[in-house]
Amino acid sequence: MTLSANSKSESTAFLFSLRSLAPCRIVRVAMPEPVHFEVRFPSNTTEGLAVQEKLVSLMESFEYSMRDIFAMRLSLEEGITNAIRHGNKLDPNKLVTVICAISDQKMRVVIQDQGEGFVPEEVPDPTLEEFIERPCGRGLMLMRAYLNVCEYSDNGRCLTMERERNSPLPILED
Amino acid sequence: MSKSDRRIDIEEINGVTVARLLEKKILDEANIEALGQEMFALVEKDGRKKVILDFTHVEYLSSAALGKLITMHKKTATVKGKLVLCSIQKDILDVFKITQLNKVLTLCTDLDDALSKF
Repeated sequence: MTLSANSKSESTAFLFSLRSLAPCRIVRVAMPEPVHFEVRFPSNTTEGLAVQEKLVSLMESFEYSMRDIFAMRLSLEEGITNAIRHGNKLDPNKLVTVICAISDQKMRVVIQDQGEGFVPEEVPDPTLEEFIERPCGRGLMLMRAYLNVCEYSDNGRCLTMERERNSPLPILED
Repeated sequence: MSKSDRRIDIEEINGVTVARLLEKKILDEANIEALGQEMFALVEKDGRKKVILDFTHVEYLSSAALGKLITMHKKTATVKGKLVLCSIQKDILDVFKITQLNKVLTLCTDLDDALSKF
């Protein structure tokens, strides 16, 4: 895995140490500075999971809510797995690139694969009666539900996802 | 398979198999595949027909895991059995609702509710 970053990991660690030292009174601390980094890794899901965990840790350091983290973790899992499995078809010679930008307002992630691409509009709606019992094809639907931005470009090889802090989740009937 | 390798814990209650999912995150591919094999073995190998999947411990679930649940649902239906899911946390329940799998699978609030379905 290659990684280049201008992250403020030291300041983040400092913030955590501050919290642990002040159990009796509320200390208002500034959010970490926005972080931007790019990582490139071969097409296997273990590598993908490690990147996902790193991005989730970043959200935690920016104190995003559990709901934001749930939404983004789920979307990252779907997006990165799709790039590895369906995009690069698990070809170890093909790479997946993930570019992340996070601030205290939103997280934006771009996932690029080196596969043949696809047409998102041609993915069948998994909620239709004829497809509802198919065991696959729900990842795209979940990402669209949980993200503010879920856009494919470069003939389906590049996915841009974005979630703003405290975005509402889909309103669902009980 | 040693006990520590298991992804589900099995208990029999009044002739119903209660399978508790032990993993908090059902996300990575290898994990999901292994979980699928353990679930399917309940029906295909052990011949169980009445199965409850208890989601108490589950905090994350990907679409690939949903696929295994649909396959499990079909396998129990094939042997004229029944599959019920219970104790699903709110965030996970939303995933079932978004994908409308709550219309296909039987979801119950807790174990007692699930047992009452048999």
